[in-house]
Amino acid sequence: MSIIPNWLYRLSSPKNFYRFAGTASVWCSWITLILVVVGLYYGLINSPPDYQQGDTTRIMYVHVPAAWMSMFVYMVMAGSAAVGMIWRIKASTAVANASAPVGAMFTALALLTGMLWGKPMWGTYWVWDARLTSELILLFLYLGYMALQSAIEDRETAARATAILALVGVVNIPIIHYSVEWWNTLHQGATVTKFDKPSIHISMLIPLLIMAVAFKFYYLSNVFQRARCELLEREKDKLWVRELLGEKNSE
Amino acid sequence: MRPKQRNRLILAIVIVLFVSISAVLALTALEKNINLFYSPTMIVNGEAPKDRMFRAGGMVSDGSVQRDPDSLEVSFRLNDEANEITVKYTGILPDLFREGQGIVVQGKLAPDGSVMATEVLAKHDENYMPPEVEHALETARKMGVADAEKE
Repeated sequence: MSIIPNWLYRLSSPKNFYRFAGTASVWCSWITLILVVVGLYYGLINSPPDYQQGDTTRIMYVHVPAAWMSMFVYMVMAGSAAVGMIWRIKASTAVANASAPVGAMFTALALLTGMLWGKPMWGTYWVWDARLTSELILLFLYLGYMALQSAIEDRETAARATAILALVGVVNIPIIHYSVEWWNTLHQGATVTKFDKPSIHISMLIPLLIMAVAFKFYYLSNVFQRARCELLEREKDKLWVRELLGEKNSE
Repeated sequence: MRPKQRNRLILAIVIVLFVSISAVLALTALEKNINLFYSPTMIVNGEAPKDRMFRAGGMVSDGSVQRDPDSLEVSFRLNDEANEITVKYTGILPDLFREGQGIVVQGKLAPDGSVMATEVLAKHDENYMPPEVEHALETARKMGVADAEKE
């Protein structure tokens, strides 16, 4: 265990993680609230319309961060599922299981906002191009992960099976990102996440980035809360949970 | 790291590697089918299917849009800087449709080599900017052209 820093090792115990996640979740919720209010104000009110799309461009301030998060959350989910499987760390598996519904929500949000934008701009809600299709597959991967996890009774077996599914799905992430470069797609290419200078005006980039950070904190607050619930349920016969509940009951 | 953990780590790496390699092979094999549309050059070269629906994509050529005043009929030309094809369509065009814009149409090839479209989709590019900036860029471009003409 020498490669893992001591504080991380201590944090990986369910009891310590439960306490840390509780505090972190509250802080992350407040940061989310502030950033969402600021981001939406700049995005919806205090930013210019686009020269071609007009006000429809404002869908971007939700769509793009949601799409980024759908991929980011998947990498966190797959990474922590793998760590949970390899080292049998319960907190890590709990984070992976907690990430799945949040990631699925972000993916669905990206798809829905994209469809709402697509109808007036492209002229269609949906087209089977590489970007849209691979993002839809990502949604199915999340749903599959959740289904598999709840279908297997034994937690150890479930952790192993879902980790393998999550690792298999990792291949989809570079496909989603590069789909617009590798193939002819209706979806436009990358605006911000490329090595070149972003092809977006600074007055639109700032609210976009604020919203992206807001979504990150939303994810953190949500995933910590969900992981806490899972750890409580999983460890309900352990001493630390009994002590915790005993404290609450005696109050 | 204990042997059991090492084995599981190797398993995880093997899974990712194996799936990546299979995905690369499958996607390379399917490359043509994943492309959403055929370019005008591919259509001129006869690569597009002749007897079924397909998609064509390109830029709307400047000054090529002709609207029928009495109906929703419209015809325009699509180019990819090398070749051009004619597209005929009846219906409402998307907001982003304009000359110089990237467009994807779905339709069938007519005997004269033009595409009879049943659906027209506008492709948005990756540039986002406020109207004033676009206006400033446009002015700068015109001044640049004027300067070049003077010299």
